[in-house]
Amino acid sequence: MLDFSQGIRKLHEALRAGTTTPERLLNESFERIEHADGEINAFLRVNDLVSRDRLTTKAAIADAFSPKHLLDGIPYALKDNMCYEGIETTCASKILEGYIPPYTATVAQKLDDAGAILVGKANMDEFAMGSSTENSSYFPTKNPWHKEYVPGGSSGGSAAAVAAGMVPYALGSDTGGSIRQPSAFCGVVGLKPTYGRVSRYGLVAFASSFDQIGPITNSVEDAAIVLQAIAGADTHDATSAHIDVPDFSAKLTGDIRGLKVGVAPEFFADAMDEGVRQRVEEAVKVLKELGAEIQPISLPHTNYAIATYYLLAPAEASSNLARFDGVRYGYRSQNAQNLLDMYSKTRSEGFGREVKRRILIGTYALSSGYYDAYYKRAQKMRTLIRQDFEQAFSQVDVIVSPTTPTPAFLLGEKTKDPVTMYMTDMCTIPVNLAGLPAISVPCGLSQGLPVGLQIIGKMFDEQTILQVADAYEKAVDFAAVRTAHRKEAK
Amino acid sequence: MTLSKADVDHVARLARLDLSEQEKAELAEELSAILDYASQLQEVDLDAVEPMSHVSGQHAVFRKDEPHVSLPPDVVLKNAPDAEDQQFKVPAIMEG
Repeated sequence: MLDFSQGIRKLHEALRAGTTTPERLLNESFERIEHADGEINAFLRVNDLVSRDRLTTKAAIADAFSPKHLLDGIPYALKDNMCYEGIETTCASKILEGYIPPYTATVAQKLDDAGAILVGKANMDEFAMGSSTENSSYFPTKNPWHKEYVPGGSSGGSAAAVAAGMVPYALGSDTGGSIRQPSAFCGVVGLKPTYGRVSRYGLVAFASSFDQIGPITNSVEDAAIVLQAIAGADTHDATSAHIDVPDFSAKLTGDIRGLKVGVAPEFFADAMDEGVRQRVEEAVKVLKELGAEIQPISLPHTNYAIATYYLLAPAEASSNLARFDGVRYGYRSQNAQNLLDMYSKTRSEGFGREVKRRILIGTYALSSGYYDAYYKRAQKMRTLIRQDFEQAFSQVDVIVSPTTPTPAFLLGEKTKDPVTMYMTDMCTIPVNLAGLPAISVPCGLSQGLPVGLQIIGKMFDEQTILQVADAYEKAVDFAAVRTAHRKEAK
Repeated sequence: MTLSKADVDHVARLARLDLSEQEKAELAEELSAILDYASQLQEVDLDAVEPMSHVSGQHAVFRKDEPHVSLPPDVVLKNAPDAEDQQFKVPAIMEG
């Protein structure tokens, strides 16, 4: 019996040994989706024909399949804000319904080149704006651990698909925590690379100075493997960094002796869940037992991060989303009298409430008379938050924190109050403001729901956060907890 | 910071959004709560701090000035709600 959670390397070895085939893996993925997704709703679209077509092409090339790459022949899912030529991409928004991209995102192209097989497009909060996937214009996704709880967001579909065993891995995007937060809520691994590490070409833009694509996986090693395949400079994205891509698996030795691990009190809010606090404190103890040096540090401007982010990201979004005007693609209102009327009716009928809210906040923060008081002030605070990290990283190699202050919340619990919803991102947002890499790795349960440990690294030092996360993962064996829960659920 | 319905109306016009009266009233409340929360940035002295617009520090990245093949017009127009003669078609811009 195949189980995707055994990891990409095992699947690859099985393919190489001929004990399984790409077709069997794909069928397994379809069967899991068929079996579980009626309830979970992780997928907006499953691309049966497209993926089978790719398989047929593969089969035509070689009688006996022999994988050329670790990801060759292995299925995966894409968050629905990444383009794949010929496959509808909606960002879970009505305004993009029916949009068929004429080109493929660089990350998907790279996975294609590696031989990976796209299974489908995963649900998300509309335009990646949200923390629960309840802002999808189509349907909310449910947390595979407990179906009355949210999977987190905005990459909730990607995280739920991996957690429910429907795909071995998925790609998400992270603007303020949208890879790490749902990964924490669903008990899987989520990595947000350094800003610029991965090309954003073909990712529908939300807030361009924050957005970054990264993997959601069952293990830290899998995250390293997928990051390896998608990282690197790209002529199609001028913000992608021209910095060497190291071997992300090189330091997965389990040895973290002598590494300096910073712990900042600012990440442990008074209002945080007691179980989360305990799990993270236990995790810090594990790191210490593994030989890391624990060092208290301070990030004094952390409390201002949410306010800063919720001015800057909406400001960028209000500009990025100006392109949705009913002219070139997507939805167009049929009730318009003239051009201007067509723009505003199209946008009002096509966008959901949270997207409108953010466009309005962003427009306000950028508007004449308020620019200095809001937008520019937030940009200045961003400088201070980044300097906090620079200061801290002169003393430590990584910083650990909870990924989220609480485990997953109930569906509908926070939809009425935007500010309360925004607070769930208090530990992840500072990382995006500073552009740093960070990973969320499962560190136990609170009230029967998964808790995430966040490990933050220096710019372009994904190697070290992967090293620490991997050593921790090997020491605690969360996979056993996950397996036990799955058995119980069946 | 409290936004009135008129404020929301003004910003909505700038953002090309057409809101119902009920939406305006609800959004005035929601946006005010968000701006209230953001007002904590006003309590910090930021006069001497440089604003940051980007983390990478990269400026004006150029590529070689060489022609590339663009997508063919029929492919580009395929997603258009309305098109004619290789052009996007929109409602009348001027009256009469």
